[in-house]
Amino acid sequence: MNAPSPATATAPDAAGPAAEEESPIHILWINAGLSCDGDSVSLTAATQPSIEEIALSVLPGLPKIAVHWPLIDFECGPVQGADNFIEWFFKGERGEIDPFVLVVEGSIPNESIKPEGYWCGFGDDPLTGQPITTSEWIDRLAPKALAVVAIGTCATYGGIHAMEGNPTGAMGVPDYLGWDWKSKAGIPIVCVPGCPIQPDNFSETLVYLLHQATGAAPMIPLDDQLRPTWLFGATVHEGCDRAGYYEQGQFATTYDSPKCLVKLGCWGPVVKCNVPKRGWMNGIGGCPNVGGICIACTMPGFPDKFMPFMDEPPGGKVSSAASGVYGSVIRKLRSITMHTVDQEPKWRHPGEKLATGYRPPW
Amino acid sequence: MVAPTTKAAGDGSGLTEMSWDPITRIVGSLGIHTKIDFKQKRVAECYSTSSVFRGYSVFMRGKDPRDAHFITSRICGICGDNHATCSVYAQNMAYGVKPPHLGEWIINLGESAEYMFDHNIFQENLVGVDYCERMVKETNPGVLELAERTAAPHAGEHGYRTIADIMRSLNPIEGEFYREALQVSRYTREMFCLMEGRHVHPSTLYPGGVGTIASVQLFTDYLSRLMRYVEFMKRVVPLHDDLFDFFYEALPGYEEVGRRRVLLGCWGALNDPEYCDFTYRNMTDWGRRMFVTPGIVVDGKLVTNDLTEINLGIRILLGSSYYQDWEGKEQFVTHDPLGNPVDPRHPWNQHTIPAPQKRNFDDKYSWVMSPRWFDGKDYLALDTGGGPIARLWSTALSGLVDTGYVRATGHSVVINLPKTMTKPETSFEWKIPKWSNALERNRARTYFQAYAAAMALHFAEKGLAEVRAGRTQTWEKFEVPEEGLGVGFTEAVRGVLSHHMVIRDGKIANYHPYPPTPWNASTRDTFGTPGPYEDAVQNTPIFEENTPENFKGIDIMRAVRSFDPCLPCGVHMYLGDGKSVQKMHVPTGLSGMGG
Repeated sequence: MNAPSPATATAPDAAGPAAEEESPIHILWINAGLSCDGDSVSLTAATQPSIEEIALSVLPGLPKIAVHWPLIDFECGPVQGADNFIEWFFKGERGEIDPFVLVVEGSIPNESIKPEGYWCGFGDDPLTGQPITTSEWIDRLAPKALAVVAIGTCATYGGIHAMEGNPTGAMGVPDYLGWDWKSKAGIPIVCVPGCPIQPDNFSETLVYLLHQATGAAPMIPLDDQLRPTWLFGATVHEGCDRAGYYEQGQFATTYDSPKCLVKLGCWGPVVKCNVPKRGWMNGIGGCPNVGGICIACTMPGFPDKFMPFMDEPPGGKVSSAASGVYGSVIRKLRSITMHTVDQEPKWRHPGEKLATGYRPPW
Repeated sequence: MVAPTTKAAGDGSGLTEMSWDPITRIVGSLGIHTKIDFKQKRVAECYSTSSVFRGYSVFMRGKDPRDAHFITSRICGICGDNHATCSVYAQNMAYGVKPPHLGEWIINLGESAEYMFDHNIFQENLVGVDYCERMVKETNPGVLELAERTAAPHAGEHGYRTIADIMRSLNPIEGEFYREALQVSRYTREMFCLMEGRHVHPSTLYPGGVGTIASVQLFTDYLSRLMRYVEFMKRVVPLHDDLFDFFYEALPGYEEVGRRRVLLGCWGALNDPEYCDFTYRNMTDWGRRMFVTPGIVVDGKLVTNDLTEINLGIRILLGSSYYQDWEGKEQFVTHDPLGNPVDPRHPWNQHTIPAPQKRNFDDKYSWVMSPRWFDGKDYLALDTGGGPIARLWSTALSGLVDTGYVRATGHSVVINLPKTMTKPETSFEWKIPKWSNALERNRARTYFQAYAAAMALHFAEKGLAEVRAGRTQTWEKFEVPEEGLGVGFTEAVRGVLSHHMVIRDGKIANYHPYPPTPWNASTRDTFGTPGPYEDAVQNTPIFEENTPENFKGIDIMRAVRSFDPCLPCGVHMYLGDGKSVQKMHVPTGLSGMGG
C-alpha cells in the first residue's frame, strides 16, 4: 500500500521538493506479535471507510499518510539492497520519520523467561544477525510514536495465545508497556479488541486518530480498558435482534434454532461489543444474531473466563429465569459478572517467571 | 537511497548473501536467506525461516474438545475458517456425529466462498503486484517495452488491449483491476459471512453442523453475489492466461523460476453428505467422494488417493527447527481404528516441546518443523504449490469428480460456467502443465477460483432443494466421549490441512494441526532434505536486469509467493557475483555457514 499514489508518495529518494509540501503521517505496522494476521486481513474488508479510501485521503480532513504494512506493501527488496521494507522501522527508531503511529498486531510474548532464542521476531539485527524481537521493537519505537494502537484482542489483552498453560508468557501491549503508559503526545494506548477486529471498527478508529493528529478532533475517548467508548459502550445482548426471544423467555435448545442462544453458551449479556448491531461486514453476518454463540472474543478475560465456550454461562440460569423481571436486579447481577470478565487473567504480565501453569522444559 | 549492504558469503564461494525478512505481501512473517551467484545468475542456496512460535499444541492440552475449532481457527487469519472446518471434521469423527445434509452444504458454500475470496485477494492484490507495470518497469524494463507492443490474445474477453495494459491495471491502488479485486474480495467475504457468520473466525460453525438459519433468503443473497463472481471469472481466467503466457515468451527459460520436482499433496476438500459419515472406517470411500479429490502426485503419477493411506504416511521430522525430540515419550495411538500400526512420528503421537535458541543456519534456524510423507521407502518433502495446482492435478488424474459444472477427465479439469449478466455460457479447461513452477502455480490459482465458483453453484442447488423440501435442520446433537480419536482432512486455501486429536477423560490429550505452510516452508529435515521453498528457490535463474546493488530479487519473490506463503516465517538468500562486494563489518546469521 506504500507509495503507489500521491497520498503515499514516500519514495526514499523523493526527499527534495516533495518533502517540503505536506509530509505524511507514517503508519508503522508490526504484525509479528503472536498473531494470525487476521486483523490485517480483516481490515481489507472494511468499507466504512475502506483502506484505499484512507490511503487516498478520500474522507474530508484526512491527512496524507504513508503506510508501512507487511500485508500488502509494494516494497519487497532484500535487506541488503533496494526497497527494503524493514528499513522504515529503523528510520522510525532513528527519528527520521516523524510523526508516526505504531500499530501492533499480535500478543507480546515474554522473551525474558528463557535463556536464549526468540518467540517472535521482525527483521534482523544487523549487529547480531539474529531476529529483532517484537518486544524489542516496541521498546525502540514506542517512545518515538505519536500514538500506539493495539489491533485485535491478542495485542490488546493477550487473547488466545495468552491462554492458560501457554509456553510463551504472552500478554497484551498495555500489560507490556503499562496500563498508564502515554505517548509523547499524551495519548494512552488505543485498544481495538476483537478476534479479529470488526473491520469498520478499526478503520474508523484509525480515521479518528488521523483527525486527532491534524487537530480536528479532540482526545480519543477511551474506557478503563482503553477501548473507544463509542464502539464498545454497549453489550452484545443490547444490540442483538434475538434479545426479544430472551425477553419472552424463549431459549434455543439446539444450535440451529432462531431463538436466544444464551443457554447454549452465548455470553452476549456481559460482553462489550457492537457486532450484532453493526453486522460483521457491510451489515452482513455477526454472531448470536445469525446463530453463532458469543464467545466474548473482544473481552480482556478472553478466552479463559469463557471456556468451555459451548456450556451455559454461570449466572445465565438466574438471569434467564428472571428475564421477565426488568431493572436493577438483573443489571446488578450482570455488572458483577461483567466486572470479572472485563479483567484479564492474572498470569498475563512481564517478568522473568512464567505464571501460566506451563512447566518450561528449557 | 539506502546504501546497499550486500556482502560476500564468508565461505570463499564468491557468492553474495541476501535476505528478505520479513517478506511482504504474504500472510505472516517469512524470511528467506540466500546465497546468490550473480556471475551465473542463479540462486545457489536458500534457507527459509519462520520467526514466530505460539504453541497451540501445547496450550490446547487439557481443554474441552468442543473448544477446539474456536481455538484453532485463530491459527490463521486468512484461512482460519479452514482450520475451524477441519477441527469440526475431526470432532465429528471423535463424537460419532453426522450433521444433516443441509449443514454440510452450508459448510461447503462457506468454504467455496473462502477459496473464491482468498485466492482472489492473494492473486491480484499480493502476488499480482509482482507482475504489475511498476514492478516490471523497476526490474525488467525491456520486458515492459515488449509488453507495450504485445497485443493481449484474449482482449475481447477481458478488455485490456495489450499485456502492458493488464500490468498497469495491477498497479497497487491506482490500477483499476487491483481496486476491483479488492471489492471482489469483500463481496465474496460477505458470501462467507452469510454461511458461517464471520470472516475469518466463523461464529456459526459447530461440531454436528451449523447454527446458520437456512432460509430461502440465505440462498438468494448468496447466489446473487455468486453470479457476479462467475461473470468476473470469465474475464479473469483469460486475463491471467495472457499475462502468464507472455512471461514464457518474453523471458525464455522462465519455466525454471520456482521449479521443483512434481511432489504434490492434496488432502481433498468439500465433503459429499450423501457419502461422508465421518467414520474412520469408511474414510477411504468417502474421501474419494470429496468434491476435490485427495491425492499424492509424484513425477506426474498418482501415488494414492486413499485418505487412510495418506493419513498413515504422515511423519513429523524436526530437522532444523527449534524443538526437543519426543522420542521415548508416551505414544497415544499405537493402532488406528482399522488395526493398522501408527508410527511414533505420526501427528497423533507427537509431543511439541519448544527449545528456544539462537538462529544458526548450520543447525537450527526456524520454528517450522519438517512434515514429510513416507511412501514406504522415502520421506517425501511434498509441497502443495499454494493449493490449487495440487488440487487440480490430483482431481484431474483421479477422474472421479463430475457435477456437470465441473468434470475431471483423467488429464484435465473442465469447468462449465452458466450465462451471466453480459457473458454467455463459458467453459474453461485446466490441463496438466509441463512443470510445477511459479507461473503454473499462479495459473492454477485462477482456474481454481472458477472451479470453486462452479462447485458453489452445485452446492447452492443442493442446499436450496433441502430448504424447499422443508428439511431445514442444520445441526445434530452429539456427546463427547471419555476416550476418543479424530482426524480431519481438508484443503486450506493454500493446501493440505489435517487436524489430529486424541481425547482422554473427556479432555484434549493431544492435538496437532498440520496446515500447508509447514509442508511448504519446512526446513532441512533430519536427512538434510531441504523444504519446498528452499528447494524451489535454489537453482532459480535470475532474470532481473538490476545490478546486485539495486537488486530486488523479483524472480525469487515470484518463486516464493507462488506458494502463497501463510505463516510467521522468513526467507533469506545468497546472491553470487564473484567480484568482491561490500563487506559488512559485522557478521550476519548466515556468515557462519560453510565456515
